Formats: sequence, C-alpha cells, structure tokens
Amino acid sequence: MMEIISLLGHGFVVALQPLNLVLIIVGCAFGLFIGAMPGLGSVNGVAILLPLTFLVPPDGAIIFLCAIYYGAMYGGAISSIMLGIPGASTAVATTFDGRPLAKQGLADKALTAAAVASFVGGSISVVLFTFFAPPLAHIALTFGSQETFALMLLAFATFVGLGGDDIAKTIFSICIGLVLAAVGLDIITGRPRLIFGDISGFMHGINFLVLAIGIYGIGEMLWTVEENAKAGGKSMLSEAVITVDRIKNNVIELMGTWKTMLMGSLLGYFVGILPAAGATPGSLMAYGFAKQMSKHPETFGKGNIEGVVAPETANNAASTGSMLPMMTLGIPGSPTTAILLGGMVIWGLEPGPRLFTSNPDFVWGLIASLYVANLFALILNILFIPAFIWVLKMPFTILAPIILTLCLVGGYAPTQDMHDVWLMLIFGLVGYLMRKLDYPVAPAVLAIVLGPLTEPALRQSLLISGGDPMTFFYRPYSGPIMVIALILLLLPALPPLYRMVTGSGKKKASDSA
Amino acid sequence: MGWRLAGSLAISGRPFIGQKTMTVRTAELLMGLVMAVLSAYFMWKSAELPIFWVKGVGPGGGAWPFWLSAAMLASTIWILFKWVRRVGPVATNEDPLFEPGMFTPVAMVALALTGCIALVEGIGIGGFKGIGFYGALPLFIFFYLKVIGSHTWVSTITTAIVVPVLTFVFFEVLLQISLPKGMTEPLFLPIFAFIYSL
Repeated sequence: MMEIISLLGHGFVVALQPLNLVLIIVGCAFGLFIGAMPGLGSVNGVAILLPLTFLVPPDGAIIFLCAIYYGAMYGGAISSIMLGIPGASTAVATTFDGRPLAKQGLADKALTAAAVASFVGGSISVVLFTFFAPPLAHIALTFGSQETFALMLLAFATFVGLGGDDIAKTIFSICIGLVLAAVGLDIITGRPRLIFGDISGFMHGINFLVLAIGIYGIGEMLWTVEENAKAGGKSMLSEAVITVDRIKNNVIELMGTWKTMLMGSLLGYFVGILPAAGATPGSLMAYGFAKQMSKHPETFGKGNIEGVVAPETANNAASTGSMLPMMTLGIPGSPTTAILLGGMVIWGLEPGPRLFTSNPDFVWGLIASLYVANLFALILNILFIPAFIWVLKMPFTILAPIILTLCLVGGYAPTQDMHDVWLMLIFGLVGYLMRKLDYPVAPAVLAIVLGPLTEPALRQSLLISGGDPMTFFYRPYSGPIMVIALILLLLPALPPLYRMVTGSGKKKASDSA
Repeated sequence: MGWRLAGSLAISGRPFIGQKTMTVRTAELLMGLVMAVLSAYFMWKSAELPIFWVKGVGPGGGAWPFWLSAAMLASTIWILFKWVRRVGPVATNEDPLFEPGMFTPVAMVALALTGCIALVEGIGIGGFKGIGFYGALPLFIFFYLKVIGSHTWVSTITTAIVVPVLTFVFFEVLLQISLPKGMTEPLFLPIFAFIYSL
C-alpha cells in the first residue's frame, strides 16, 4: 500500500509539470466542447488530435488524450440536458431526466448534478484503478460471450419499466431498436441483411446516432415547435436561472444521492473494464438500477435528479475502467481506448503487465493525471454553466434552426453519408408521431445501442454450446447475472399476479364502491 | 369512428366550418396498422437469410431479426386488440391529434428541413447536383428566422451567415470532416488553398 502511495506521489510530480498541466487543461476544455457536439464524442476528439501528440513527449501525449477523453465524458451530458440530444451514446441515459429538469427551469440543477456526479464517478474509479488494477483485469478477462449476453439481458431488464405503462408499446419499441441494429452485414456469415429497397446506404448498418439524433433531436424540436405554438411563440427551451447560491444549494442537495453515486461508480467501473462493453451499457444499467432502487420510480423520466446522477457517475467511472485492460493487458475496453492503445504503440510503449515496471513514470504519471483531469473538468464544467444557461435563454426561433443545423451535420458526421441524414429525418418524424401516441422511444434508442453487442454474444454462446440455452446458467458469472436479469424482468408482473391470486384488487374495488 | 379527414386546408391549422381533423384514436389505429405492415415486411426481409438453426453455423443469419420482427408484429396485434376493445388512454382519446393552429408550424418546420436536405445533394431530378450544406443551411436558417420567426433582417442575415461559417471552421478546418458541397465545390477551392498555405 505504501509503495503504491509513493509511486502515486511520484506520478503527481509528473502530472503537475507545467507542460502536462497545460495539456490537461486544454485537453479537458477541448473534450468538453467536442463531447457537447451532437454526433461527436471522445473517440472523434482523441482520433483527430492523435497526430498532434507527436509534438510532445509520450507522457504528455497520453495525458492530453486522456484529458480529452475525460472532458468529453463530462461534455456529453451538456447537450443531453440543454437540447435533449445525446452528445454521445454514453449520455443517452442522461437525457431521460436531464431534459425534463431543463424544461422545468432547473437546467442549472441538472448541469451541476452531471458535473458533480461525473467528478465523483471519475474519482472513485481512479482510486479503484490505483489500488485494484491487476486482479480486476483478470476477472474481466474470464468473461466470455455468455457473460456478455447475460449482462446485456440485465441491461434490458433494468430498463423494462423505462417506457410508459403500455407494455405492448415498450416491447415494440425494444424490438424495433434491435431489428434496426441488425441492418447491414450479418456479423457471422458476412451476407447482406435487411437491405431495404436494395439501397446501398443500408450496407454499413444504421448508426445509433442517426436514430438518437432523429428521435431526440428532430423529433424533440418538432415537439417543442408545437409547444411553442401553443405558448403563442413566447416559450424558451428552458426558463433556467443561475446564481452562485443556486449552484451551492444544488451541490448540497446532491449529498442526498450518495448511494446512487456509489452504485453508479462501482457498476460503471466494472462494466467499463469488460472488453467490448464500455461506458454506454454501464450508464444505462446504472440508470435502470437507480430506478429499481428508488422509493419513487414513477418520478424517473420526469425530472428525477438521481436519473442524471446515476448514468453520469457510471459513464465517467466506465471511462476509467476501460483504461484498465488497456494498460494492464493491452486489450482496449472501448473504441476510444483502442485509439489510445494505438498511440501508445506508436510512441514505443508496450501495453501489458510489464508496463507498470518498465515505464513507471508513464503509468503513474497517467494515473495521477486522471485525478488532476477530473478536478479540472469539474471546475471548467461549473464555470461554463452560466454560458450554457445563456444559450438556453436565446429566443426559440433563433435557437431552433441552430439546433436543427447541428442535428443535420451531427447526423452526417459519423458515416459521412447523406443516406443517414435522410434516415435521421424519417426517424425524427416517426419518433415525433410515436411520442404523440405514447409509444416510449427511449427503449428503441437503448436497443439500437446494445443490439450490436447482444446478437453476437447470443449467437456465439449458442454456437459454442451446440444450441443449449442452459449454457447461460452453467457458468459461474453468467448464471447469477442471468437469474438476476430474469427476476428483474418478471418483477413488474408480480404485483398484478399477486392481486389476481389474492383477489385484493376486487376487494379494493368493492371497498371503494 | 373518428376518421374525420382534414383535406388540404387542414394544413392552415385554422378550424373552419365543416373542417374534419384526425382524432388521436384514429391515429392510434393507423399507426398500429402501419407498424404491423412494417413488422411483416421486416420478417419477410429477414427470411432472405436462414431463420432457423443451421448445422455447424448455429442460428441462421436471419433468425435474430426475424424473431424480433415476429415479436414486433405480436405487440402491434396486441395494440390493435386494445384499440378494438377501447382499452387505455390513447385508444379512447377522441381529441384531435393536432389542436387548432398546431399542425401548420410543425408541418412548416418538417417541410423546411426536408427541403434543406434535398437541396444539399439534390434528389436526382434533372441532374441537379445540389448546393451542398453551405448553400442549403443559409437558406434554411433564413427561412426559419424570417418566415417562421419573423425576426429582423439584421438578425436573420447575421445568423444565416455566422452559423454556416462556424460550421465550416469547426468541421472542415479543425476536424477535417468534409461536408457535401455539391455545385458550390469550386467556390471552396481557393478557400482551402488559402487555409493550407498558412
């Protein structure tokens, strides 16, 4: 333990060198900005600025890229809360309660909660990273396709109650999201699948952002246009105000959510470690768990602060977690860490267990820089809140075309194909109509995000076991996760069943009569 | 039944004598039917690949989307069944889908957006190559601010110029993501020549 603290102290000496400190601040600010742009996330920021890092020593380079990664994790929440458009897949769950809070004039509360939760999630996970790196990495390595499928099922189970009360519409929404995720090439045989109208644009599949920006960007704007018309053209996106006292009170109020923060941090960290999982499922699962744990689950989706806190702690914790297998085993846990790994190889560093002994300056400097980056990302985020609020106060008819412009460009940027922009428009119109008719749209977005992880895991597991579905229950980790997932799935059906068996519903009805 | 057709005048959003608007209940039926047809189409498309167990390969390539589409179809049938039985708040809602005056603004924004996307790359009519993002965005912003928002000329023109310029600087210069330019492409060559000479 003392040895770790001494090494960490040495790491702080590296991280706090003037050049590295400047790189951390610039990286956090750039990450914050790029994370807030719809369609762009940490992966874009890290990939774009990778060539620039050859101008500085490797320590500074990785510190800079990690600061961008961290900043982007903070930034993703900004557009989710302010505009209702998830900045990245990791911030999808933040939209569910962050946007309603902004609509109620509490954007400052949601933004403060996101910043503080991100800081807590980042900090807890860095402490875990510092002290428990190698053993956790080895547990994560034992996870196979069965465990991945069980985890995905658990993620779906936790958000089964996410939509309205209409179960048929919720199931429809989940299924259509999963089917849309299956468009493109069959992952095992490589044959084209669901190529509608033989349009070549479907060959590369449907990027989740196309659906997310369509539904949450264009659909949400059409909804707001209608609301604005009802208010006689006088409404704003949010009536938020901001004062130092309000921020202070918001932070004090957040103390009450410590359980959710702790749960989100631990869950996000562990899911982040798992190869191919990462921050998105982590944040969605944390949201689902927070809802399950809550005494007032019905307030989720309507502006419950815990609905912002849970995914934000989890996605930041997961971003640290995903660095763990990258550093200790040379296996990236997310697309961004894959690019970071590529950078390390280019700089002549060999990731793996020996990295800790062969390049202690680099490793501990990086770990210490995560602590520093976390602090600066929090400070920058809090400082920028008044600017974000100012943007929300612009007249709707000026802000709306700017947001729609961001949607169009954000829909084009990931695949650089106009086909996706058309699809985004269609999803936006259909999403708007679905919302008018009480179809829950969130499960569709969640399903298209998790679909590409779920299908291969299911097919590989069945292939390995020769088609035996019990394969998911035999293994030491997947078995318990499957049982928990099935219990959570069946949980909403229990109260009506109980009422049916005991006849208490009838009794109540007769009492009230 | 609440199938009260609007006709072309419904787009004006103003109620007039004898105007007929679609109710929420009718929209629920239409949506259910469209989604049922879509689910069946997805099933049919999925079945182009094997949908059952393939020896040595495992579940066929079409199995996952086929059975999910089947679940979609089953849930739409459930939704339609509830519509027939008049169960739930939507299936019993006889209010108009759009309140008077609410359809026009939504339709205008949706049409402006569609027009903007069509202008970017053209839609293959008469060999029109489109005017790219930097041609279509100013027009879209101008239309929104002046026609829909009734803003002043100064704020309209300023926004219509500043937003595309910032988009260009951020995407083309900083991020090096090239947006479609259509027939305006030659206009950008000297700008890029200048930027790369810096």
